[in-house]
Order: sequence, then C-alpha cells, then structure tokens
Amino acid sequence: MSERVPVLRIGDVLLVSIQMDLEDQTVMDLQEDLAERIVATGARGVVIDITAVEIVDSFVGRMLATTASISRMLDAETVVVGMRPAVAITLVELGLSLGGVRTALDLEKGLAILRRRSGLPDADPA
Amino acid sequence: MTGTLVPEGGTTRQPIERNDDVVRVRHLVRALALQCRLSLVDQTKLVTAASELARNTLVYGGGGSVSAGLVTRGGRTGVAASFEDSGPGIPDIDLALTDGWTSGGGLGLGLSGARRLVDEFHLETEVGRGTTVSVVKWAR
Repeated sequence: MSERVPVLRIGDVLLVSIQMDLEDQTVMDLQEDLAERIVATGARGVVIDITAVEIVDSFVGRMLATTASISRMLDAETVVVGMRPAVAITLVELGLSLGGVRTALDLEKGLAILRRRSGLPDADPA
Repeated sequence: MTGTLVPEGGTTRQPIERNDDVVRVRHLVRALALQCRLSLVDQTKLVTAASELARNTLVYGGGGSVSAGLVTRGGRTGVAASFEDSGPGIPDIDLALTDGWTSGGGLGLGLSGARRLVDEFHLETEVGRGTTVSVVKWAR
C-alpha cells in the first residue's frame, strides 16, 4: 500500500500540499481522490502546493495537467503553487510547459486567483 | 567527448523491480549529485532524468537495475548512471528518441526529455535482448 496525500478543505477550496517523495501509485490515487472530493464537497477551486517537491518528472507533470482538466470538467479551477525555480527550468527542458495549468508563486496568490474567478469578494484590501 | 570515464569511489547497484524502487533511484542519484557538488539546477535535472529512465526500465523493460557512481575525466567530476533491462529492446531508436512518440501510455517525453537533461547519453539496445541507457552529468 502506498501512502496517500491528504486533501484538506478550506471553505469552497480543496488544498493539497505535497510533502512526500511521490510514487507513481500515490500520484494516481491523488488524482482520483481529488475528483471525488470536488464532487462530494462542491468545491470551486483546487490548490496544489508543490513548494516541498524537489522534482517534477513527466509523470507528475502529466498528473498536474490532467487534474486541472478533470477539475475544470467538474466546475472547479486548479492552481498549482510554489514551484521551485529549478523545477520550472527542468520541466521546460524536459518538454513539458504545462500550458493548461494555472500557476501562482505562493499559496496566498493562488487563493487570490480562485477568489477572483469564483466572483467572491476579495479578502485582500489591495 | 574524449577520454575514458574513470570510476571514482565505487558504484552502487540497485534493483528497479517495483514502483517504489523508482523513488529509491531518485534518492541514490540525488545523494551522488550532492557529493559531486552539482548546482541545484543540475541536481534537479539529473534526478528528473533518472526518474524518467528508471520508470522506462520498469514499465517498458519489465524491470532491471541501475548502477550509479561518481566518475572523472580530464579533471572533471560527474555522476554516471546506467539503467539496464533485459526487456523487449527498442526496434527503432530514432523513433523512440522523438518527442511525443510513445509505445505505452506515457507522454513520450521520457527518453527524449531525459537526453536533454544530461550532458552525455548513450543508448544500447537489441530487440529481444534488452536496453541499457547510460548518462553522465558533469559538475561545472
């Protein structure tokens, strides 16, 4: 049995913070867990925090792209936050530019994007 | 590329037979990259390439092993890793190295992408006998 990545709920946003070295099976499980939780909770947004992720290979990169597509179909937007500079450089060189995936530099900016999209009042005074 | 690769400090061999072996290969290669003092970007590139190649060994080669260690050549130090399987082999190497081409369900970026992330890339394959992919990343 591989470990599972916890999916947390904050209001109408699901938050996934990846804090482990991802096995392929864990990646597949996460994708399914997220789809189910979106429908079960009616979440409008998903934030995937990869601040602690040291490498994103084509398998994980594909999961991020697929998850964004799946959640869009389930009426939720996905934002990937916290990508390290070395990971971004490597992903582009690998040939994966994750065109369909919305990114933000950190969690706060990611949440701000989702708030704007769902038309909720922005909590940021700015 | 001229001269022979000289092994430095021994080679570690690990099996690639299960999903979690891919994670262990990443750990092994990261430890070597740190030891070799690769820059953070080069570490990330090498470990990512190793992850792609280990998955290829598992998924397309039906399992195999990796041998990795530090090497020197002409005063430079690098990390070398060799991924070996005795799977079906690759009938058309040029096609296998083309971006986007895949024989499985992947994105087709594994081999071609891994090649771009390392400094040296050698592929030996024989249909019905297996495939060996050897890579080197040099410290700058």
